[in-house]
Amino acid sequence: MAERLRALGADPAGTLAAGALVALVLGTLGVVAVYSGGFGGLEVWDWRAVWFTLWQAVVSATVSAGLAIPVARAFARRRFPGRTVLITVMGAPFILPVIVAIMGLVTVFGRSGLANDLLGWFGIAPVSIYGWQGVILAHVFFNLPLAIRMILHGWQAIPSERFRLAESLGFSPADTGRHLERPMLRDVLPGAWLAVFLVCLTSFAVALALGGGPRATTVELAIYQAFRFDFDMGKAATLALIQVALCLLALALSSRVAIPAGFGAGMDRDAPIRGPRGWRVAADAAMIALAAAFLLLPMLSVILQGAPRIAALPGPVWEAAFRSILMALISAFLTLALTLSLALSIARGRRWIEITGMLPLVASPLVLGTGLYLLLRNVASPSELALPVTVIINAVMALPFALRILLPAVYALFTDYGRLAASLNMRGFARMRYLTLPRLARPLGFAGGLSAALAMGDLGVITLFADSENPTLPLKLYQLMNSYRMTDAAACAVILMAISFALFWAFDRGGRLNAEI
Amino acid sequence: MKNSVLALLLMTTPAMAAGPEFTVYAPDYFASEWGPGPKIKEGFEAICDCDLKFVTGDVLPRILLEGEQTAADAVIGLNTDVTKRARETGLFAPHNEDLSGLTLPVEWTDDVFLPFNWGETAFVYDNTRLENPPASFDELLNAPDDLKIVIQDPRSSISGLALLLWVKSVYGDRATEAWEKLQPKVLTVTAGWSESYGMFTDGEADMVLSYTTSPAYHIGAEQDETKQAAIFPEGHYFMVELAAQLATSDQPELAQKFMDYILSEDFQGMIAEANWSYPSKLPADQLPDYFAALPRPDKTIFLNEDDAEALRKPALDEWLNVFAR
Repeated sequence: MAERLRALGADPAGTLAAGALVALVLGTLGVVAVYSGGFGGLEVWDWRAVWFTLWQAVVSATVSAGLAIPVARAFARRRFPGRTVLITVMGAPFILPVIVAIMGLVTVFGRSGLANDLLGWFGIAPVSIYGWQGVILAHVFFNLPLAIRMILHGWQAIPSERFRLAESLGFSPADTGRHLERPMLRDVLPGAWLAVFLVCLTSFAVALALGGGPRATTVELAIYQAFRFDFDMGKAATLALIQVALCLLALALSSRVAIPAGFGAGMDRDAPIRGPRGWRVAADAAMIALAAAFLLLPMLSVILQGAPRIAALPGPVWEAAFRSILMALISAFLTLALTLSLALSIARGRRWIEITGMLPLVASPLVLGTGLYLLLRNVASPSELALPVTVIINAVMALPFALRILLPAVYALFTDYGRLAASLNMRGFARMRYLTLPRLARPLGFAGGLSAALAMGDLGVITLFADSENPTLPLKLYQLMNSYRMTDAAACAVILMAISFALFWAFDRGGRLNAEI
Repeated sequence: MKNSVLALLLMTTPAMAAGPEFTVYAPDYFASEWGPGPKIKEGFEAICDCDLKFVTGDVLPRILLEGEQTAADAVIGLNTDVTKRARETGLFAPHNEDLSGLTLPVEWTDDVFLPFNWGETAFVYDNTRLENPPASFDELLNAPDDLKIVIQDPRSSISGLALLLWVKSVYGDRATEAWEKLQPKVLTVTAGWSESYGMFTDGEADMVLSYTTSPAYHIGAEQDETKQAAIFPEGHYFMVELAAQLATSDQPELAQKFMDYILSEDFQGMIAEANWSYPSKLPADQLPDYFAALPRPDKTIFLNEDDAEALRKPALDEWLNVFAR
């Protein structure tokens, strides 16, 4: 078996997966364009949407990544009771369904929210969450956890021996920064920035709910309008193409900035970094406290609102919940399998695959859905395809995040252990089982958790395949809202949040069974 | 991967039904147990000896995509702001119904699209939070800027589009001026109605763009009489939901039966409390008391589909010019 695998190499899997991704993202785009007889022209409003989308994504990504550095550093160099739990819980906003997050943000930062009450006590005029500032606030809320986790992984990837060496050489915090932390950040930060940038690029619901009005129109909304109200699919295809172009541009830029840190392999000893003393202890504590308050209060407010009504929710909500969990699990394992084959291929030197792995992030769900629909309508009835297609789309949508999380670890694996493995003639399943999977357990767990949670919260983006007989939990949430049942919707939101988080926790925990975070 | 897809496919293959399958395309909200869908399904299956299947989602885009290959036998839930494009496809067949008994506030003569319920757009407020609501559209425009309303985006929601046409109908050439006055009071513009309404019930906004019938839900289902619709003498925009049968249906008898069923007492009688709007053919005395007692505007503004389609683009540009500044 191993021999056969060797003959095939592990690469065909990666190439195949990459090819499938390109076909899915660009192929569907092409199908839509062909169907509509070419790409359509854009109006002045569309160009404004492109511009707004671009600058808010740049600002959101920069603010998120910038704020994440001190928080991640504080977490990396301090130990305190409840630290692990706090890190996990603070990751939650990223996996929150947009609608739930907006509910929470409005309760805390809205007109009658906690933040404005607090400002009122100090006699400061209320600030408005609505407008570009709301869009950026929400995007930072969503993506700060992602950035913190990615950068924290970077810190943890510096072998603790290097820190001990620094300590024994009497490095000041500035020296540590120059020789250890900054090289690591140059390696990790561009990837983190890019991930946040790309998430914000395709934002639809956030921009609309908190954007205040059409000034904050994103490309994704323009696509929605072109499709839903103007039935102008050529225009939708053009806009989708612009999104892909922006993605490729950002990708090219960030790959120029990123420089591998090359710390070499360590002994994996769990020796916590001893952080600098003095005022820096208080500063680190303040960073963690502020970030925790910012990320956790909105979620707490959603829980307080919805929890009392959970018992009163009707049975179909629970059925939908179980259906969603099953779909999320399948989707997560699919993501992991795809990501692992892509990442191994990339680490063997096929850099172009990395670009294909980022594509799904900017694929317009609407265009993807329409393209698939046009392709598959003669194969099977759309409602029979609804659940499988949703699962596949969710798996593909989570792939870029999983790839970002996995790649640094896979690179490190190749540089640090690649030669050793080669000299031991370790190949195929043996290598997978004794080297690859154990060394990647932590990022795999994290990536799997993320994929499962994202799939859980996704609102079956593909309305074309809607399946009314098998609704998912997010769809139920919308149905409740659409039937005026706002308090039941809040209860449903709490369940959705709890399940997303539990899925994330279970995977993440599984990956860290043998390691301190 | 292939296996899991196959497994999922098998898992979701529907069970064999008793009678022939009758497919109706409907908007998302229809299918939930809180919407009218399940009651319609139950009621129609009792008389049709068939298996009614709702396929929910974007009804018109889907019909346009599928063209003559559509699997739909009938559609339900379109409205006059989009029927022009639906009609131009030539995919729909006449409904063959007698329209004389309709209880709409406007005259309805369309032989293709059959109304099943209607309502009017209105700004809804909470009378414990807003003691002096604007009594007219003009008063709303001239209200202090700290009166905050939430509206929906006309590019992504049917109610947002209705507001656009409402303002255009009331203010005509002065629509831009009206938007300029309204703009400072708009807290935010949401993608859909549900996000707006959620913000309103959370106390984030004083008024929300909704329907004259919205208070009925709060009275009927929650015994809460604090939510009210502000009634404006300038008139309110008429919104009607329509059904139609497809000319391409391979079950024209069933489709016709479905059209008949829509105007039946059984169907009409459940609309008020299942869809929280006025049934299209039911005398007021057969409505629940609180429903019949809802305040109604004196003037109903109705744009036929040609006018709505002609106004949509220029009105949208006017709105964008003010709101995107």
